[in-house]
Amino acid sequence: MLFVLETVISGALAGIMYSLVALGFVLIFKASGVFNFSQGVMALFAALTLVGLLSGTIPFTNTDNPALALPVWAAIPLTIFVMFIVAVLIEKFILRHLVNQEHIILFMAMVGLTYVFEGVGDMMWGSDVKVLDLGLPQGAWDWLFDTHDLYVEKIEMVAAATAAVLVTVLAVFFQKTRIGRALRAVADDHQAALSVGISLRNIWIIVWSAAGIVALAAGVMWGAKSGVQFSLSLIALKALPVLILGGFTSIPGAIVGGLIIGIGEKLVEVFSGELIAAAFAGLIEIDPGVFSATENWFAYVLALFFLMFRPQGLFGEKIIERV
Amino acid sequence: MQKTAQAKQSPGTAAETPPSILSVNNIEVIYDHVILVLKGVSLEVPRGGIVALLGANGAGKSTTLKAISNLLGAERGVVTKGSIEYENTPVHASSPDELVKSGCIQVMEGRHCFEHLTVDENLLTGAHTRGNARASIKRDLELVYSYFPRLKDRRNSLAGYISGGEQQMTAIGRALMSRPKMILLDEPSMGLAPQLVEEIFEIVKQLNTDQGVSVLLAEQNTNMALRYAQYGYVLENGRVVMDGDAKTLRENEDIKEFYLGISGGDKKSFREFKHYKRRKRWLA
Ligand SMILES: Nc1ncnc2c1ncn2[C@@H]1O[C@H](COP(=O)(O)OP(=O)(O)OP(=O)(O)O)[C@@H](O)[C@H]1O
Ligand SMILES: [Mg+2]
Repeated sequence: MLFVLETVISGALAGIMYSLVALGFVLIFKASGVFNFSQGVMALFAALTLVGLLSGTIPFTNTDNPALALPVWAAIPLTIFVMFIVAVLIEKFILRHLVNQEHIILFMAMVGLTYVFEGVGDMMWGSDVKVLDLGLPQGAWDWLFDTHDLYVEKIEMVAAATAAVLVTVLAVFFQKTRIGRALRAVADDHQAALSVGISLRNIWIIVWSAAGIVALAAGVMWGAKSGVQFSLSLIALKALPVLILGGFTSIPGAIVGGLIIGIGEKLVEVFSGELIAAAFAGLIEIDPGVFSATENWFAYVLALFFLMFRPQGLFGEKIIERV
Repeated sequence: MQKTAQAKQSPGTAAETPPSILSVNNIEVIYDHVILVLKGVSLEVPRGGIVALLGANGAGKSTTLKAISNLLGAERGVVTKGSIEYENTPVHASSPDELVKSGCIQVMEGRHCFEHLTVDENLLTGAHTRGNARASIKRDLELVYSYFPRLKDRRNSLAGYISGGEQQMTAIGRALMSRPKMILLDEPSMGLAPQLVEEIFEIVKQLNTDQGVSVLLAEQNTNMALRYAQYGYVLENGRVVMDGDAKTLRENEDIKEFYLGISGGDKKSFREFKHYKRRKRWLA
């Protein structure tokens, strides 16, 4: 039983990463109808930038100057500022010119952006695997281990707490502020939003910056655990099924979808082999080890089911139809 | 030289007409690089006046309003010729938000409320360009509710779930929240029961008298529009084919026949009236 609980917790914590990346997708999709294919690479780029600033890397030279290394408290705000600049550039050089084009054109632009991000990230900060050391606590959480015999890594708890704070801040921002209201207005009807004097350009810069910050959070958490390297950008691929589950326009959907997929795939990975082997025991001999890689594709199978039976996702915005 | 040509067209004589708040001079609009929709439209709105822009489906009324408010860009439309002056400044290059800030706002055809926002929030989005001036925005919110008391009861409902009339009121109220000097009102009567249309027009009239808001009103409901406007333009096929005082237009035989359906004869297309166009050319 304890083992199941541990599996669930570790799945939930992985799920939070998926949620964070999916959240970035949702923000941008809601405000501009653009499917930001590059969200995963953005997480990588943000993490690379942070590592670079922390270790005093001089951009485009692939050399470190320890004298330029920034402390964490300065490097994080500066990275956020860089993500803001990135948002401004994306608005200025891509979105502004492709407004009102076919979806496929915008999608292609985003695919292009993904590779540009990847290439520029490599050029600026080098392509080697980097260690991200923010001084976050490492190892197991002793108290939980001693009292409940549960093994949970501290850094994962930090990740969970950060995600919770981010989501709360975003939710309050959306519901309670003037800009948040404008964002929701744009998501509902961008023509009407224009007509009341909401500047779409500013809104896009704001959502892309927010997506950049969320990407940074995901990149940092993932990077602190497994190093900052190209594979980090692949978490975006896990965010896709999360979006299908949660609905492309729903913030709670992104969170819950991430958790379901994170927990689901861990449980399936750990237990499906034994269960299936047990079910067929006596009929045929099944090696439980065969099912050990289900983690990689479980999410997509689940997403496929959703596409068939509930295409708007769990929380997809209700389409108001008047009669 | 454009100016003098324009002066002739403006309502009334130069001496008695107050200076225009809006003047549209001979504009041409093209959609998608190829579709020529407006073929030289000119009109004037005197400060504090209500001017009607009449015409059948597809005549170009909405296009004219969007050209003024600069919402055309979002639909791949561009003004390729002519000029638009609001408060004596060319606004061709102003973005919609700059125009709203300077007091010129459009209420779009089909209401376009933010469906997933409450009525309250819808109204507040209208004050977006006013920043965080909380106290005065709050006062204006109450003012809007005093004009539209029936909205007040629905203030916490999602705009997607209120009636069409209430949505139209929300859309107009939302525009009011920007403290406009000039409202471009596109077919407020669309899909509403006659009684409700009257109610809404009365409120517009009242806003016009109380707040001195100028109104350019695009309508297919000619009868109603000419009761509230002082002056009217008739658009056909992207051109102004007739203009005059509301009273004159109301009594005009062609208008009666084609828009008011008063005349006994069977309905023909307005376009078939060659004599009408000939006369127009002769007048011009
Ligand atoms: N985005 C667009 N792209 C291409 N053509 C357009 C576009 N919008 C309008 N048109 C065309 O321009 C012409 C004028 O349209 P407009 O909407 O201005 O007419 P209207 O007078 O407002 O009509 P209605 O009374 O039906 O609202 C129509 O022939 C229409 O098909
Ligand atoms: Mg129209």
